[in-house]
Amino acid sequence: MSAGAYVRGWLDERFGWEQLVYPLRKKTVPLHRLSYWYFLGGITLFLFGIQVCTGILLLLYYRPSANEAFESVKYISTQVQFGWLVRSIHSWSANLMVFTAFAHMFSVLFLRAYRKPRELTWVSGVVLLFLALGFGFSGYLLPWNTLAFFATKVGTDVAGQVPLVGHWILIFLRGGEEVTGATLTRFFGFHVAVLPGIATVFIALHLGLVQKFGISVPPRVEQEWREKPEARREMKFFPNFLLREMVAWYIGLGALAALAAIYPWELGAKADPFAPAPAGIKPEWYFLFAFQTLKLVPSKILSLDGEVLGILAFGLVGGLWLFLPFLEPRRFNRGYRVLTGAGAFALTYIAAMTVYGWVAR
Amino acid sequence: MPTQQVCPRMVAEAQAQIRADEERHNSRRHFLQALVGGGVVASLASFVYPILRYVLPPASADLGAGSVLAGTVAELKPNAAKIFRFGSKPGLLIRLASGEFRAMSATCTHLSCTVQYRGELQQVWCACHNGMYDLSGRNISGPPPRPLELYEVHVKGEEIYVNRKQEA
Amino acid sequence: MKKLIIRTIACMLLLTAAGYAADKNTCIDCHSEMDKPYQVTAAEFSQNIHAQKGLTCTSCHGGDASSDSDAMSRRAGFRGHIDRKQVPELCGSCHSDAAKMRQYNPSLRTDQLSQYRTSVHGKNLAKGDTHVAVCTDCHGIHDIRPASDPRSNVHPLNVANTCKRCHADADYMKDYKIPHDQFAGYTASVHYKALTEGGDLSAPTCTTCHGNHGAAPPGLTTVENVCATCHVFQAQLFQQSPHEKAFAAMGTGGCITCHSNHRITHPTDTMIGVTAAAVCTNCHAAGDAGLKTAQDISLDLAKLDKAIGDSRDILDRASHSGMEVSDPQLELAQAGDALTKARVSVHSASSEVVSQNTAAGMKIAAKTQQAGVDAMKAREYRRKGLLVSLLTILIAVGGLSMVIRSMERGNAQG
Repeated sequence: MSAGAYVRGWLDERFGWEQLVYPLRKKTVPLHRLSYWYFLGGITLFLFGIQVCTGILLLLYYRPSANEAFESVKYISTQVQFGWLVRSIHSWSANLMVFTAFAHMFSVLFLRAYRKPRELTWVSGVVLLFLALGFGFSGYLLPWNTLAFFATKVGTDVAGQVPLVGHWILIFLRGGEEVTGATLTRFFGFHVAVLPGIATVFIALHLGLVQKFGISVPPRVEQEWREKPEARREMKFFPNFLLREMVAWYIGLGALAALAAIYPWELGAKADPFAPAPAGIKPEWYFLFAFQTLKLVPSKILSLDGEVLGILAFGLVGGLWLFLPFLEPRRFNRGYRVLTGAGAFALTYIAAMTVYGWVAR
Repeated sequence: MPTQQVCPRMVAEAQAQIRADEERHNSRRHFLQALVGGGVVASLASFVYPILRYVLPPASADLGAGSVLAGTVAELKPNAAKIFRFGSKPGLLIRLASGEFRAMSATCTHLSCTVQYRGELQQVWCACHNGMYDLSGRNISGPPPRPLELYEVHVKGEEIYVNRKQEA
Repeated sequence: MKKLIIRTIACMLLLTAAGYAADKNTCIDCHSEMDKPYQVTAAEFSQNIHAQKGLTCTSCHGGDASSDSDAMSRRAGFRGHIDRKQVPELCGSCHSDAAKMRQYNPSLRTDQLSQYRTSVHGKNLAKGDTHVAVCTDCHGIHDIRPASDPRSNVHPLNVANTCKRCHADADYMKDYKIPHDQFAGYTASVHYKALTEGGDLSAPTCTTCHGNHGAAPPGLTTVENVCATCHVFQAQLFQQSPHEKAFAAMGTGGCITCHSNHRITHPTDTMIGVTAAAVCTNCHAAGDAGLKTAQDISLDLAKLDKAIGDSRDILDRASHSGMEVSDPQLELAQAGDALTKARVSVHSASSEVVSQNTAAGMKIAAKTQQAGVDAMKAREYRRKGLLVSLLTILIAVGGLSMVIRSMERGNAQG
């Protein structure tokens, strides 16, 4: 017998391998004109894997103290062999991962994959999106350069505006009243230990749920297939879809390498806590829409502080987003249109505000 | 019951055709396997090679921010100074007349010339535009607008180490 | 209890009366209500350093400030308006008295009056010319503040504006044979910029070079000593150069012949050389040795400037393509040092001295240029490496696609 068959037999005798693997062998992916959107989740997972690998490599040389952080990143970028590549891939992949996470979320929304029985898949997915944003925010500070320092200052200031508990949140995030070396240590801990631990749990949950319920089919296609069962087309996950996924991942890897080599990530200047903030400080692009909104909110709305109201509004929207599948109004015949409309509005708003924030002074 | 007689020659030709087809099919499959295998292996190599080079540390472990060995006690007499390399910039190590060591940045805050120690004045002087600093780096006369950044000095036995002032 | 209340009220009345009496100033009472030029308000006078030290109107004008009837009585010593010719003596009556000034501020100088008498203003006043400045013209009359107060007319930031009130007024100055473009020239100068934009209070203003109380123009033969108080190296080099004797013989002042006296702008490399814009051609003619030296120096400086510029360009290009070149960029700053020193050394009018400095700079610029070239080479290497790995990925992707296609065709057929 072949080596593969022998190993499989050995595993099966001890762990019931065939029983474990059987559902994976049977796993299929529905094929229709909107099937390409199915790649986004896998790409996000792939980029997360890249982050873990490049992150571990960076950990071999990075030093998380205010005195040495910047110098260690500079060392990685200039002295370590291919350090420039690892660092740039890590930064680019972080941004691409946030983008694909948002894209995946919106595609799930518009294809209505959140509907029964996949509500918890949606919830775990939104939690993962928030975790990705947390990864981005905490990781951004780690090079300890001017931009990162002031972006963190502004970001934690906003967090401090939450009524009642804002100050405690600010102290918790910063490890003190101001952004200092203590903040750096804390953010490092969040970035390499706390968030990865939580993310692992939620990724396992998310993938487990996807495996349990299978890949969702958009309602209209489902309707078509109900009327004409012979039109139903499915593709085996192993090996057909997986091979296609490999192609997509390879292309992603090539894109990352090209971005890292042609548009390497800048290092900037070391943070100086006593220098005044440079003009036009902006957070990373994925926070721009919120930042720009808060800038535009009038300072007082009906005698209440405008910025606090803005922050609370974002919190409210975030909470509603988390439980979106439960908000679908069932009273109307086309009740889901409300959510699709809300999703379209959210997407347009985020895109427009991001562009606005980018070009504004 | 076949009504047609089967010509052995035709059977042999058909069999040869099938074998040729199979061979072509096999060789194409082998070619494909070789292509994919080769491509995957080559691409993996192009990922693994940089990673292997990365994990082996470079020759200089100096981050440029830590302690720098600025000199030895023996090489500096009292009321003398030397320029040493601090990261990528020059630093000034002074041994005062009292024997105490001081270290500060040697980049003048006016137009970035390199300063020097004047033993007869016991002050730090910039030759470009006659700027003067006192022994604590304070700018006391001439064009310099800001003091020289002071560094911390630690003497370990015969060796003098200089590092930036530790942040809070 | 009743006694306590009566005693408290009596104390309060006494204190109020005492306070009132102490503050009673009949001069201000009337003069604050008058129109200009007689108007002096309490607010204005309270800003006066003299008032803050306990002096009042009567300290200068005489009279009795506590009385309504005798306020302006001759018997009480009232002098009325102080004539311009008498102002210096009046101020000097205290300010030249060291023993008296020691009571208020022992570190204040007491030679202002004697200095004033040596000045052009003082000399002309003695001849009867009342057009000239007296103490009150610069220091103010009733709102005299210490010179360190930014609101004072004689604070370094305000001195030029005070002098210009007369000296820039063509009409006022028409009887004097001096130009009135000094303020216009000065406001275009680097010294003015350093003072007003740079906030450097030690930057020269009118009084720095002309003196304050003993104000007079420094003579043509001695003006370079004035410049030398700050510009030490340039002055030393100039004194060792052939220009020192030549300018003295020509009767033109050192320093100001090339740099002007008031309109001192930031010197540029175009000032040295053989072009019409250069100052050298003002005296040197084509073919003479001095002009040859000027040309050598000018070429030397231009060469170093270009080398630094080229280095900076390539390092910028490397850094924008993502190469880490902050170390050579810092080293390039030292080449800038050498250029600065070379520019100072042009005052020696010697091409050997200048080229000593430029040579040091050229060495550094060559090194950083090489670092830039190396960085661009490393960039090329990176891109080639990227191409190689992209190629392998392309092959792998192509192969995978073909596998998928053949597998599915096979499945369809099989």
